[in-house]
Amino acid sequence: MSALLDVRGLEVRYGGIVALRGIDFQVEEGEIVALLGANGAGKTTTLRAISGLLPIRAGELFFAGTNLRKHGADAIARLGIAHVPEGRRVFTRMTVRENLELGGYAVSSRRELDSRIEDALSIFPRLRERIVQRAGTLSGGEQQMLAIGRGLVARPRLLVLDEPSLGLAPLIAAQIFEVLRDIHRRGTTIVLVEQNAHAALALADRGYVLRNGEIARNDTAANLARDPAVIAAYLGGS
Amino acid sequence: MHEFLAQLANGVELGAIYALIALGYTLVYGILELINFAHGDVYTFGSFTALVVLVALRAAHFLHGAGLILGIVAALAVAILACALLNAGIERLAYRRLRKAPRLAPLITAIGVSFMLENLIELWQGAAPVPFPNVIPNPELEIGALQVGVQQIVVVALAIATMVALHYFVKRSRLGKAMRAVAQDRDAASLVGIDVDRTIAITFLIAGALAGVAGFVGGVSFGSAWFLNGFGAGLRAFTAAVLGGIGNIAGAMLGGFLIGLLESFSTWFIGGQWSNVAVFSVLILVLVFRPSGLLGESLPEKV
Ligand SMILES: Nc1ncnc2c1ncn2[C@@H]1O[C@H](COP(=O)(O)OP(=O)(O)OP(=O)(O)O)[C@@H](O)[C@H]1O
Ligand SMILES: [Mg+2]
Repeated sequence: MSALLDVRGLEVRYGGIVALRGIDFQVEEGEIVALLGANGAGKTTTLRAISGLLPIRAGELFFAGTNLRKHGADAIARLGIAHVPEGRRVFTRMTVRENLELGGYAVSSRRELDSRIEDALSIFPRLRERIVQRAGTLSGGEQQMLAIGRGLVARPRLLVLDEPSLGLAPLIAAQIFEVLRDIHRRGTTIVLVEQNAHAALALADRGYVLRNGEIARNDTAANLARDPAVIAAYLGGS
Repeated sequence: MHEFLAQLANGVELGAIYALIALGYTLVYGILELINFAHGDVYTFGSFTALVVLVALRAAHFLHGAGLILGIVAALAVAILACALLNAGIERLAYRRLRKAPRLAPLITAIGVSFMLENLIELWQGAAPVPFPNVIPNPELEIGALQVGVQQIVVVALAIATMVALHYFVKRSRLGKAMRAVAQDRDAASLVGIDVDRTIAITFLIAGALAGVAGFVGGVSFGSAWFLNGFGAGLRAFTAAVLGGIGNIAGAMLGGFLIGLLESFSTWFIGGQWSNVAVFSVLILVLVFRPSGLLGESLPEKV
């Protein structure tokens, strides 16, 4: 059986700068895969290339057998990949409800949309209290919940998250990881980019370590968490 | 008192036209951060297409009652359609390929498109103003001390109905939400499955349709159409959009009415030759002291 997401020889450049030098990685249906690496290693670039936000220089991307290179970002979203981007990127001038509605932009049935929004609100009860508030007035943690909630309303097969715990208080970050575990249990495959390697590896089945636009390590999460080199680079101190 | 109320009615009528045009600037600016200098000329095109339909139907002479109303509806519909398609065509041919270019490139292109349209309209309709068929009878109504023409009422009512429809479309409809999402964050919009190119095209269609309504009511109100009308009206409407807060829909409406009133009252108090000075002084004052406009966000919430 082929992987849900299959990335081969992915190369991305910004002008003359090579950001990804031909990386390979696979995500099986039902897995949680962590993508680790130092600042500037190419994690965000990888996610944006998968979602169709960046032009690809070389390589192949397959999602559930579909060649993603033939599709734009909007079509890729409709294929079943929800990308919760770095910096949350909620629609700050719209209400919480409008943000969630936009998450289900491809859903044509009003009833279906309402029931999905209801699900997202039961996962993040905090958002329910803020439902008519503009997203720009939410706290950072609430905005992150909204960004994830917006992704969930799309009912994706693959949920891709770029540093969901960045800038959050430890307690809120722990809550977010708990929610991700729950979402996974309900059958969603997850790719997780995280600075907080401890938390990411505790959650993930497998992990890849990116370094300077290349895959430097690829192992089970348990092995990576034990690896002295990984500990020194990403888990040191804490 | 009579004169004051007459100027008030005049200002509201002018303001309704400016507000409709200003909405086109503001919608396009909101979604592309582009000042579409060609927008005023799309308005001119709307006046002429309505004029041509009315002349072809001999609406002013041969149509009465229901026939006249149908003729007016036909002229309005053709103007709306023609301007919507023209505006979307401009986006497709001139602006889309420049979306990733430096900001100056689409701006200069917009000025070029404006000159091109002006010259094409001049070729089509000549350099002299063309009388607009007098299709809406204009008996004066007395409401207390206020004297207003039926024409003024029709113009203002049509403009306000259009704006109310636009407001609900943008606030409530799925497409309206997509337009706001693209205006705020294009990448995030595409990540939720919104086709950004299509949404921008639809925004131009709507902005053009509003210019079509404005072209029709402007023709009715001024009684003529001229190939350079869009230049002056466009600049005033642009000023209105900036005054209200460019990118802000309610702001464009408010700014339109304020500029219309300012023009009308400055003409009354200091003479028509000075109304330009009054209007463009406002533009400069706003740009210096409150660049975000009356209703604009004090800080642009761009990510
Ligand atoms: N828009 C851009 N233009 C030019 N270079 C860029 C651009 N975006 C990213 N880069 C470069 O590409 C490389 C990879 O960046 P990327 O954002 O993917 O890193 P990252 O692993 O997500 O880092 P971080 O942990 O800081 O978010 C970096 O060297 C970065 O400087
Ligand atoms: Mg990053």
